[in-house]
Amino acid sequence: MMRLILWVIGGVLLGGVIHLVTVLLLPRTATQDAYSRLAAITPVNAVVPIPSPTAEKSVMPFMDPAFAAAVCRYDLSKGPLKLAAPVSPAYTSVSFYTRNGVAYYAINDRAAGRRVIELDLMTAAQRAQLPEDEEITAADRLIVESPTDVGLIVIRALAPEIGMMPAARAALANARCQPQ
Amino acid sequence: MRFIIGLLLSLVVAAFVGLGATLLALTNGIAFGAFTIGSWTAWLKNGTAEIDPYARAAIARSGELPTGLGDGVAFFAHADDNGKPLDGRCDVIVSGSTPQARYWTITLYDTQGQLIGNPINRQGFTSQEIIRKLNGDFEIEVSPRARAGNWLPTGGIARYVLLLRLYDTPIGVTTRAGREVNMPSIVTSACP
Repeated sequence: MMRLILWVIGGVLLGGVIHLVTVLLLPRTATQDAYSRLAAITPVNAVVPIPSPTAEKSVMPFMDPAFAAAVCRYDLSKGPLKLAAPVSPAYTSVSFYTRNGVAYYAINDRAAGRRVIELDLMTAAQRAQLPEDEEITAADRLIVESPTDVGLIVIRALAPEIGMMPAARAALANARCQPQ
Repeated sequence: MRFIIGLLLSLVVAAFVGLGATLLALTNGIAFGAFTIGSWTAWLKNGTAEIDPYARAAIARSGELPTGLGDGVAFFAHADDNGKPLDGRCDVIVSGSTPQARYWTITLYDTQGQLIGNPINRQGFTSQEIIRKLNGDFEIEVSPRARAGNWLPTGGIARYVLLLRLYDTPIGVTTRAGREVNMPSIVTSACP
């Protein structure tokens, strides 16, 4: 009897380990995460609009219907990327996500302080290779470090009223992301 | 023989406990670092690289992209101020004011994060289009039946979620819930 209880206790402990391991591994095995959903409808290293969410169809859950959105699914393995996103009349933001959907950086138009949000996206290794003097002369260049080679840049423009949706979409249509 | 039976028992218990706990954690949404004001809760770290492993697993499973903290903060409400779950068959009044933000939006979703179809094609309001009282406060009637003013239709679904997103807001990981941070109240006024 005593031995049986020990086996059960051992099982519970092992179960705890299994629980932690599955939670940690789950993001790597998910097939319906945001990146997989967008990979099906977007090319690599180009900005394409995401359809606005409707009651019938939404690319991802909990999308804000007041926004026009575009995505650049990036791959930095061949080199850094340059992003330029013109600011829409109301409010524009650029959010960066890793392959697993972690929002590691986000900036809005006011923080960028210009009519066009311009960013250089690179991995830590690519940044280390930048010539030092270049980094000094380009002090006003905004550099974002991606923790992963692949990920998502989501550019979103607010339409504060439904009639302003075309203007928000037009601003996004001029956004670019391309290898340097 | 007894050893093998014991080992098998142990493994079965481990599988049940381990996988059961993971399933439970993900379906019930275990989350750390909740920032709650009234009926509204935000998980500020979910919009940063410091997101905890449970939230990582949850977003990988649901497929959503959390709002980045440099963009805005998303507050979720699943229940009214008395703790009653939001019911699309009832009349619910959301009123008051929001914390400081350049813009905000309030949106109604089903529990899976999908929008609800309705004849006037309204799924939410932005801070600019909402009709306000003279003092700047607003009142939204969340109801299955048409209402004058700010009507947010529920389509009569049993459970829904309200999301208040503040864009370009000073609220951040260092903000503490206090008197200076107002959130709209949520009151169920009538249930059939």
